[in-house]
Amino acid sequence: MNSVLTTVIQRLALGIITLFFVSVIIFAMVSMLPGDFTQAVLGQAALEETVEAFRKELGLDQPAHIRYFQWLGGVLQGDFGTSFSGRAASGIDRSRSVAELIEPRLYNTLFLAAMTAIVAVPLALYLGITAALHRNGFFDRSISTATLVSISLPEFLVAYVFIAVFAVLWGKFPPISEIRPGATFFDRIHVSVLPALTLTLVTIAHMMRMTRAAIINLLASPYVEMARLKGVSQRDVIIKHVLPNAWAPIATVIAFNLAYLVIGVVVVETVFTYPGIGRLMVDSVSSRDMPIVQACGLIFAGTYILLNMIADIIGIVTNPRLLHPR
Amino acid sequence: MSTENYSAAGEVSQVRTRRTWLHRMWIGLRKAPLTAWFGMIIILGYLICMLFAPWIAPHGEAQVFAIPYAEWSETHRLGTDQLGRDIFSRLIFGARNTVGIALLTTLLSFFIGGGLGLIAAINRSWLDQIISRVVDVLLAIPSLIFALMLLAAVETTTPTWSIIKLIIIIAVLDSTRVFRLTRAVALNVVVMDYVEAARLRGEKLGWIMRREILPNIMPPLVAEFGLRFSFVFLTIAALSFLGLGIQPPTADWGTMVRELSTFVNYLNFDLRLGLLAFIPGGAIALLTVAVNFVVDWFLHQTSGLRDEH
Repeated sequence: MNSVLTTVIQRLALGIITLFFVSVIIFAMVSMLPGDFTQAVLGQAALEETVEAFRKELGLDQPAHIRYFQWLGGVLQGDFGTSFSGRAASGIDRSRSVAELIEPRLYNTLFLAAMTAIVAVPLALYLGITAALHRNGFFDRSISTATLVSISLPEFLVAYVFIAVFAVLWGKFPPISEIRPGATFFDRIHVSVLPALTLTLVTIAHMMRMTRAAIINLLASPYVEMARLKGVSQRDVIIKHVLPNAWAPIATVIAFNLAYLVIGVVVVETVFTYPGIGRLMVDSVSSRDMPIVQACGLIFAGTYILLNMIADIIGIVTNPRLLHPR
Repeated sequence: MSTENYSAAGEVSQVRTRRTWLHRMWIGLRKAPLTAWFGMIIILGYLICMLFAPWIAPHGEAQVFAIPYAEWSETHRLGTDQLGRDIFSRLIFGARNTVGIALLTTLLSFFIGGGLGLIAAINRSWLDQIISRVVDVLLAIPSLIFALMLLAAVETTTPTWSIIKLIIIIAVLDSTRVFRLTRAVALNVVVMDYVEAARLRGEKLGWIMRREILPNIMPPLVAEFGLRFSFVFLTIAALSFLGLGIQPPTADWGTMVRELSTFVNYLNFDLRLGLLAFIPGGAIALLTVAVNFVVDWFLHQTSGLRDEH
């Protein structure tokens, strides 16, 4: 067991180091902005002392590395700074804290992602394993072509097809996913159906193809042939011989696609005007509200790194070769 | 025939010389499945639109007519948009802009990623270590998120510069994946004896890259070019759709989908108007489907690099 523990700790350390470098990159992006961007935020008519106060608030009078650690310290305590918007040239400050803006939207995005994952992951695994077992059969070939097509479709096109069919022509679901303040759980599900369906379609294809490839790889290995030759039933071959070795690739597939969800969310939320952090990020990029862009970027990148790390760790922990040391 | 004079290579070369290069290509193409043929014909059509856009399109790219939202007619085959620009003409110019920019970006990305990958594989010193670690960190951030952050951070003033900014950002981010692949496949070739021989001959880095290694890693790179192109193409379309990529008045399919999408809600009342948004969207999808079909066939041809054994 010792070797497993060492490998897991190594992987965790690597994840933390990566996260550190990513945070440095994300922080450096604001430092790349030209020094007079305070004027762009506050407007041309900004008073000298307003600009000075704003610069002070951002800590621009301090060297970059000190600013970085102050920022990182704040982030670790859930403080992402304050938004650029809502500041006036006269010095009146109606800006809101980034954490306060992000929190409800993060919840909405997680809700959408969870809803997608609950449908997409089992379905993709089932389709992928079935296609691998009936390799080159009619089911496999038709589903391979179908996934190839659905991988090629842009998310926004899929989303508008669903809007046209289910919202406009059939009228069952709202074309715009607006979550009202007093919305119940079922209201949330009702407005999230179309975005979740879109995300399912774009992630399921990747997930299915990767599952299929992983299982086909394993089915071709000598020990599976050996098991078949000694008369083990098809069910037992899959459960006892293939699956223990398949957890690692399957975990990778799932994590990769949940990570892919992170990207898909940005476009899909914009199409449905779903109040999540994906749309918040797009809006903030257009208005160049850097603290929000930074916070969203950090959340997305952090989730991505975390998911990949979990997949690797599952792969290490379930690896039969590491579990039975010589 | 005596066995001493016989050489297998000679027999093969006889067959090869009997057939011209064109003939051999035709034989390969004839065996291509229907999907690959479909893909190639579509790609050819897009290329023609791209190259001859000003001659095919009936009106100018940003030419504004008096009537916005015009009906479909002889002069405006798909009507006009909210500003009175001919939609059909903008679609054709869109082929030039959207596909052209994606193609340029992919080429730049292969130039950067492929070049660095080859150098890293040949050099294998601290340079390889540095580039590989930097690539690891860059790959840890989802590329669309990274692109969004960079687009926000870098300010541009003119439309030309914003397109250049877009091309450079996407190309650099995408080159990380090209670097990984190039380095991985080149490492297998670098250890070959003929590369060693070339080194001992005193050939320079450029020669070893171009003449010894590149020809031997061409098939996976060509397939990767197709895949990366469709990925870049979809990324740029998505960014334009979000209003952050190619900026108007340049005709571009992603932007067109966004502009025409409001009509989807009127599908019940006016089918033509409601379906307009699906034309540029479909144009994007059709090209990526076509490229993927061709790449799939190509990968099957040049050994089972995909999942087939």
